[in-house]
Amino acid sequence: MRREDAAIALIIFAALAVAPFVGFGQGYSLTMLARGMIFGMAAISLSLLVGGGGLVSLGHAAMMGVGAYAVVALDHSRITEAWIVVPTAIAAAALFAGLTGAIAIRTSGVHFIMITLAFGQMAFFTTSSLALYGGDDGYTLYNRLEVFGSRALEGGLVFHFTCLGLLIGAWALVQALLNSRFGRVLQAARDNETRARAVGFEPYAYRLTAYVIAGAIGGLAGVLLANAAEFVAPAYLAWQRSGDLLFMVILGGLAGPHGALMGALAFVFIEEWLAKLTEHWRLIFGPLLIFCVFFMRGGIAGLLRRG
Amino acid sequence: MSTTLLLVQGLNGLQFGILLFLVAAGLTLVFGVMDFINLAHGVQYMVGAYMGATLAALTGSFWWGLLLTLPATLAFGLLLEFLVFRHLYERDHLSQVLATFGVILFLNQGVKAVFGTAPMQMPLPELLSGGVRVMDGLLYPTYRIAILVAGLAIAGLLWFLVERTRVGMLVRAGASNAPMVSALGVDIRRLFMLVFGFGAMLAGFAGAMAAPILSVEPNMGDNLLILAFVVIVIGGIGSVRGAFIAALLVGLVETLGRSLMPDLMRLFLDPSAARQAGAAMASMLIYVVMASILAFRPAGLFPVRR
Amino acid sequence: MAFQIPGLARRTLLASSAGLLAAPAVQAQATPIKVGLVAVQTGPQAALGTQLRDGWLLGMRQLNNQLGGRAVETLVIDDELRPDVAVTKVRAALERDRVDFVVGVVFSNILAAIMRPVTEANTFLISTNAGPSTFAGRGCNPFFFTTSYNNDQVHSVMGQAAQDAGYRRVFVMTPNYQAGRDAVAGFKSRFQGTVVDEVYVPLTQLDFSAELAKIASLRPDAIFTFMPGGLGVNLVRQYRQAGLANIPFLSTFTVDEATLPAQGEAALGFFSAASWAPNMDNPQNRRFVTEFEAAYNYVPATYAAQSYDAANLLNAAVRRVGGNLTDKNALRTAIAAADFQSVRGPFRFGTNQYPVQDFWQLQVARRPDGKFQTETVRKVLEANVDPWAAECRMATRI
Repeated sequence: MRREDAAIALIIFAALAVAPFVGFGQGYSLTMLARGMIFGMAAISLSLLVGGGGLVSLGHAAMMGVGAYAVVALDHSRITEAWIVVPTAIAAAALFAGLTGAIAIRTSGVHFIMITLAFGQMAFFTTSSLALYGGDDGYTLYNRLEVFGSRALEGGLVFHFTCLGLLIGAWALVQALLNSRFGRVLQAARDNETRARAVGFEPYAYRLTAYVIAGAIGGLAGVLLANAAEFVAPAYLAWQRSGDLLFMVILGGLAGPHGALMGALAFVFIEEWLAKLTEHWRLIFGPLLIFCVFFMRGGIAGLLRRG
Repeated sequence: MSTTLLLVQGLNGLQFGILLFLVAAGLTLVFGVMDFINLAHGVQYMVGAYMGATLAALTGSFWWGLLLTLPATLAFGLLLEFLVFRHLYERDHLSQVLATFGVILFLNQGVKAVFGTAPMQMPLPELLSGGVRVMDGLLYPTYRIAILVAGLAIAGLLWFLVERTRVGMLVRAGASNAPMVSALGVDIRRLFMLVFGFGAMLAGFAGAMAAPILSVEPNMGDNLLILAFVVIVIGGIGSVRGAFIAALLVGLVETLGRSLMPDLMRLFLDPSAARQAGAAMASMLIYVVMASILAFRPAGLFPVRR
Repeated sequence: MAFQIPGLARRTLLASSAGLLAAPAVQAQATPIKVGLVAVQTGPQAALGTQLRDGWLLGMRQLNNQLGGRAVETLVIDDELRPDVAVTKVRAALERDRVDFVVGVVFSNILAAIMRPVTEANTFLISTNAGPSTFAGRGCNPFFFTTSYNNDQVHSVMGQAAQDAGYRRVFVMTPNYQAGRDAVAGFKSRFQGTVVDEVYVPLTQLDFSAELAKIASLRPDAIFTFMPGGLGVNLVRQYRQAGLANIPFLSTFTVDEATLPAQGEAALGFFSAASWAPNMDNPQNRRFVTEFEAAYNYVPATYAAQSYDAANLLNAAVRRVGGNLTDKNALRTAIAAADFQSVRGPFRFGTNQYPVQDFWQLQVARRPDGKFQTETVRKVLEANVDPWAAECRMATRI
């Protein structure tokens, strides 16, 4: 990792920390910032796969969905203690990633994309048919998670900084993984699988591990999304959502997790800002993305690197 | 379920499969020959449907509408190629994915801005508005038979073009090894443009043909796009023959699955739960089939040898 | 203490007492009333959101863009059919734009998502279409009114109609999501014959040939279906093309004015159920339909009629409180009084703030000018209260 990349990430984190105090402190602004950070976390976890491992997953929204529905299931059984719910949700997402990844990672290229899509769709249809949790109508959470019995997370600022803290943690974890020996093997396998094998590494184990870790972080993002919106619906697992996550990662650039973070924030904020201008904001957003692809090779991160 | 019903369901599945083939054929060619992931293929199908409906309304005739859709979608495809896709051939897959996603956003919103959000109608032609009595009380619409026939004819035409003409040979060579074809002196740019335009025309034509039986509305191509990708992955990327077999398979699985799954579930569950579980499983079935096929044949059923 | 929804109690109490303490003596009548109109404008169901929006805007136009004499600013919010997006946008409308009312919502899951933010901000939420049972019974909320119906009710009308017509064997088909399952339950609540088969199709289904073949093989007396939007367009056209039209087609939200332009002749003679139809013969409805078509050039459906009613409802309510929106209890009583002329004739709210109204069996017909609409055939249920009202324990004071 280059020092500039870390600097960029730290600047973004600082901006997010300061934002509530410079005009973005109201409830709806905090909700928007929370969405940005949550999708940033999910995008960072996806970038571990896409950027680090060359594994393009079109089913990552399912990881978020599994985490969110774990919150729902426990809430339905009246368990709202964060120290129980969060590890359970992460474990559920990791398990889902492990089972599906074990099969998916046997394939590569566009086949991998389609298999991850398939698993995502299966998760989507399963949650849609769970009448117990509202099915397609969704499930309303009347309270956010309690931390040791305390309702502190109900407070906007407390929740904001909790999300930010976890986001920084996710970024640091992914960055550390990519810098480590594990990450180097993963990236070597991405660049040239034959060569990696020739040196004696078996990519499958490394990839599966990365997939499970990414799934776990995605599950955590799902828990936060459930708490931010205080509402969970199968729509969170739709393939269009997985597509959005992928586009965020691509837009941000694959140079590192800071790219995915920028891509996610850009996506969320541009959508908000453009939607205020006109009902037909997609007529602008679509060509904007095309423009970015043409002139910003390497995404936003690539732009900053050269500049 | 009676034999007649089973046969009718099979016929329905084949017809849906043929429609899928028309969409998937262009997609697999573009992907196979040009190594280009075109997510915008679904909106090309949608634009074809809108053009067909509009032209039919303008000319007052279904046949003229359908006929004029061919050059219209070809022109539209070439325009997109010139403006956007041409600049993406050398780029990596992920850039192509993002850019074509931008095209999807723009065109979905565009048809909404031009035509509004309400579904449009394209009337059936007089000649084909009747039906054939396939079982007691059920008419199989003549138009669907026409789609079947047209689809098979186009499949035959494609086969002929790809296997028996010089251009087809270049396309097949390009699918195997594009740089080599270019090195041998063929204008690869022209070839790409041809393949792309033809693929767009096929998708648009499929849209126009489907318009009388399926509703014409924004976003109509999105879910069909996913199914088309499933088809080309099962069939083998770059293989038109694979797309044909896979499309029929997907069509049959989808249709028969929907009818049989709830009945199957009733072996294990009570009727009410069986119906809902059956419906959910039927939705997943095509993905399970795809995953199973990829488990044994990771490159699809008819992979193009490289 | 009266039954309260968990979690809302303390916040609502604190907020309302703070409001009462700070009530200004003189209301600034010059500041416009802001209304957040939530309607889906994206995706295949956008046509329904457009209807909803246009109905409200027509009402506003007829009232000179005023409610109870005060100027109005309408903010149209596209919920994109994404619950978390809807929550973000509605929160922005409540906090940044300080809307006084939130009106709209086509789909039940979006309504469920925004229910908490709106009601916890002590703002009135008027649903002009979605009417899930969740909020009709134990989940009822003093800040929530609907001008539409309870979803289950409409489906039960068709069940009653089928029962009245003497059908013994009915084939039922709906999409596989919560509203679809509710539709089946609603139909069965009044239909006492045999349901020969119950089929759930994916929401993205395009081609019904498999299901149509099943219907033909089972030869039911009638079919009942709930297929909103594009699903209905495809089903109706394919049903007719398959030669099944001799089997009576009973439906809800499948052949309405939003989908009839695309269904055209294929839908002629098919049945539906609703509390309103464009051909209802009363002065306010005639005025509504004529001016709507003149302004927007298409036939209004229930989505438009219900939001038009909401405009007139709020107009009467605001006038009743003299333009002063700070006293929430007075405003609530004013809204509950429903002192306006609805386009569907007699209209009043039940104890759970869902309407108590007549329901009709409708049939699709072609008008002399060539356009299609649903027309009333007979009244099926009179002054019907939804089945959940008895379970509602609403606080008498906010």
